[in-house]
Amino acid sequence: MRKIVGIWCLALGLLSCRKDPRPLPAEVSLVEPDPTSVLTGMYLVNEGNMNMNKASLDYLDLINGVYTRNFYNQVNPGITKGLGDVGNDIGIYGGKLYVVVNISNKVEVLDVKTGKRINQINLTNCRYISFANGKAYVSAYLGRVGDPTAANGIVAEIDTAKLSINRTVEVGRQPEEMAVVNNKLYVANSGGYSPPNYESTISVIDLNSFKEVKRIEVAINLHRLKADRYGDLYVTSRGDYYTIPSKLFVIDTQTEQVKKTFDLAASNLAIDDDKAYIYATAWNYIQGKNTINYYMIDVKDESLLATQFITDGTQKNIEVPYGIAVNPYTKEVYVTDAKDYVTPGKLHCYTPYGKLKWSVTTGDIPAHVVFVK
Amino acid sequence: MVVKFVFGLALFVGLVLVPKVLLAQNTDSVNKVNQLKEVEILQYRLNKQHSSPVPQQLLTEHELKRINSLSVADAVRYFSGVQLKDYGGVGGLKTVNIRSMGTNHTSVFLDGIAIGNAQNGQVDLGKYTLDNLEEISLLSGQNPNLLQPAKAYASASSIFLKTKSPDFNTKKRQELNTDLKLGDFGLLNPNITYCQKLRERLWSSVSTSYIHANGRYKFRLTNGVYDTTAVRNNGDVERFRLQASLFGKGRDSSSWNVQAYSFLSDRGLPGAIVANKFDYSQRIWDRNFFLQGSYQKKLNKLELLLNGKASFDYMRFLDPEYVTDKGFLDNRFKEKEGYFSAAFKYAIDKQWQVSFSSDYLLQDLDANIYRFAYPTRHTFLNVINAAYTTDRFSIQGNLLSTSVIDKVEAYLSAGNKQVFSPTVMFSLQLFDEVPLRLRGFYKDIFRMPTFNDLYYTFIGNTLLRPEFTKQYDLGITYALAFKQSKVKYLDVQTDVYYNTVTDKIVAQPGANLFRWIMYNIGKVEIRGLETNVKIGISLVKDLELGLGINYTYQEAIDVTDKNQTHYGDQIPYIPHHSGSFLGRLDYKKWKLNYSFIYTGFRYNQKANILVNYMEPWYTHDAAIGYSFDVGKQSLGVNAEVNNLLNQYYDVIPNFPMPGRNYRLTLSYTL
Repeated sequence: MRKIVGIWCLALGLLSCRKDPRPLPAEVSLVEPDPTSVLTGMYLVNEGNMNMNKASLDYLDLINGVYTRNFYNQVNPGITKGLGDVGNDIGIYGGKLYVVVNISNKVEVLDVKTGKRINQINLTNCRYISFANGKAYVSAYLGRVGDPTAANGIVAEIDTAKLSINRTVEVGRQPEEMAVVNNKLYVANSGGYSPPNYESTISVIDLNSFKEVKRIEVAINLHRLKADRYGDLYVTSRGDYYTIPSKLFVIDTQTEQVKKTFDLAASNLAIDDDKAYIYATAWNYIQGKNTINYYMIDVKDESLLATQFITDGTQKNIEVPYGIAVNPYTKEVYVTDAKDYVTPGKLHCYTPYGKLKWSVTTGDIPAHVVFVK
Repeated sequence: MVVKFVFGLALFVGLVLVPKVLLAQNTDSVNKVNQLKEVEILQYRLNKQHSSPVPQQLLTEHELKRINSLSVADAVRYFSGVQLKDYGGVGGLKTVNIRSMGTNHTSVFLDGIAIGNAQNGQVDLGKYTLDNLEEISLLSGQNPNLLQPAKAYASASSIFLKTKSPDFNTKKRQELNTDLKLGDFGLLNPNITYCQKLRERLWSSVSTSYIHANGRYKFRLTNGVYDTTAVRNNGDVERFRLQASLFGKGRDSSSWNVQAYSFLSDRGLPGAIVANKFDYSQRIWDRNFFLQGSYQKKLNKLELLLNGKASFDYMRFLDPEYVTDKGFLDNRFKEKEGYFSAAFKYAIDKQWQVSFSSDYLLQDLDANIYRFAYPTRHTFLNVINAAYTTDRFSIQGNLLSTSVIDKVEAYLSAGNKQVFSPTVMFSLQLFDEVPLRLRGFYKDIFRMPTFNDLYYTFIGNTLLRPEFTKQYDLGITYALAFKQSKVKYLDVQTDVYYNTVTDKIVAQPGANLFRWIMYNIGKVEIRGLETNVKIGISLVKDLELGLGINYTYQEAIDVTDKNQTHYGDQIPYIPHHSGSFLGRLDYKKWKLNYSFIYTGFRYNQKANILVNYMEPWYTHDAAIGYSFDVGKQSLGVNAEVNNLLNQYYDVIPNFPMPGRNYRLTLSYTL
């Protein structure tokens, strides 16, 4: 049969034939090394556009400045269709790396050092991951598959030793990011599947009983939720994309009430020590384009800072900021650019003084970053 | 499968061949008539294609019956310059992209009247079966016909589907065409078309088609390390079509027809095969109804053509994997369309002709989605046309005016638009005695933003402008039919073209993944070459060979922004090389068919990098048919094998196509 095809291809001259299938190779780029780095590296998940099955995992060796794209496929070529469709979150706990893959309905558990797959936990429409007390907590949009009355989402508790789901708890509709403070899990509910009837609350889960004990009223369509070291939660509301704007809220976990509201759009944030690093992308109908803002907040006294984390004007080269992380030792800031979502993105590293240090090409939609000690 | 096949064949032999022995008589004269008909069709096709100032590709009824095709989508793969977007299976969406300008730049006409879709501007060619079609033609630029609706001038390329119409010259009073297709994926597809002469100069016709398929087929995924075989799920489809028509001729030179069309479809929507998720449960229901009519009359030097249509389309999409506070996501869309066209042609003298067409189109969309705008669009098309024709030379020019008025019941409207679009085309026979013609055209046309582009909740952008294309084409044609020669005919068409697409409408990210916005930002430059060669050879007595080769080269590059890394890269899904080969062999009542379709490597996203690379694919199809006449009846059996070498491939990434599969067609004509 192969011969026949060969003859055909020869006859048709310019036309070429199929090659033997082989795994997609990893690609390496070099960035500025940091031989004194305390952290050894960082993992980055590229979401990949929906239906394209292009979620990918990149690894940056911080000490030697070696950036490896498509690292997962190189280490795990035997996994059918690889990492999967829409990588949505990443986290490290103990010696294990967890990658939440949304459309592929799975949490991949990898060895932090080698990236080799240890296990896979299936969870329909899973979104974000948090850790506490030997457990991983994963939010998921769908509680019961195929039940029209099961609009509420869940949080699943995964035993990080056994790597299986222990318990689940029902929360609001389409739950997003979570954080653990004082043995309580705070979950941002979005309700994004039912506009204009968005959710407007944070679910409070007691981690002993694993029951929802309270809902904190905040604003519609919540998304990001990060805890600072003073027991406060920073929560973003996406608004309704039309008349209700995006905003940032601070919740006091002692009173479990909104403590402060910033009338500033917020798409994503990273908190390090006393500083929150924030960016906001908002669609401007009149100009017909996105307006992007970067700003910082002092989380100790919840005040807006006059300083910026990009000071050299290079933010104009970022089309769509999509991920942010701060190196807790060097205070360098990493910002990803998702560009048009269907071309390879960029990872930019900024010095603590806001100067662009280096940039590197990533996979499609670089989004979620975690550091390796 | 083999068992099924043998059983089918045995059944056929038992039912059909035995009575034949008893009834074999009077078949020679019928054969002669058929042969004459075939010569006429050949001559018609050669003339039409050869003298056309624009590239014109045709598949006639006889050819459609022979190529391994279930729907119009399968058939258009044999045309050059066409990229079929095929999501796989019987029910999967199948749309065409002609000369890389994008799906929305192709209009599809059924019996001269456009099939509309104001919502997304695309026509699913998989919905149209071939059983009652007389002809499919593809025209780049526009149809050079002078007497036609203004809508026929309003797109960058057109596909014309012509349904079977009764032959007023025949002595018969009725005609029956039936066939039954059986095949893999649980395919069951009976088709019946019946024509009845009601009285002198009045015929009626009824045509119906039913398709059932479970859509289950094996596909294989491998990267050389993993090797997984699975079965496609949720690809089931059930469809029913019923069409009734009246055809009349007046005592004067007038003719008219009216047809009523209904189409019901219920299908699963097979999703993307991604890691850890192979199974889906989304469903789509379609209901399409229309009533259309046409009237044509010749008054001395003036010819008149009137067309009208009223249609109603309903679509329901159910997603059990998307649970809202009111249950599963359950979207319903209702589109209403009204259309009227009047066209006039006037022959000033033997060389000069002028024409004028005026169309009005009303489109209205309702949907039960959040923040829906409930848009209504009024489109006025007016075109003036002048042509000069001699034996060796023809030139034609026209100017189309398009006025669009959008009204919405809620939120913002896109407002009104007015555009003028010119076209020029010519054909010149280079030498007196040699049937070699030079042809060319220039066409400037646009597509309106669709209702989805403008008004769809979250993604729609009412600031959108139309998306423009400019086409420049230069080609040669050579066609000759030989009477006393081994070579029966030779037909060559070769064109080179340069197209630009500006203000291309592209989805771009908004504030987050939930908020994509449509923008006018793309710019594409397309350089291409197309060639079609067809030859018929009479090998020995009764043994006829037909060969056809199509080849397309395309360079379609993204020239949107010099600062982007993918500037100058080939746009997604467009191969540099593609082509097809068709071979057919006729021996008495036997017909053998072989076809090969090739699509070269492509990229599935903007950047031409390894992760976006898609392997070439090529399929070999073969068919053998036997037909014979019993009195006035004609019987046939055709056995097909598709994708003979069982190649596993994707046209759209993660939407696997079927491997080797079989089909059997039994046909009966009276």
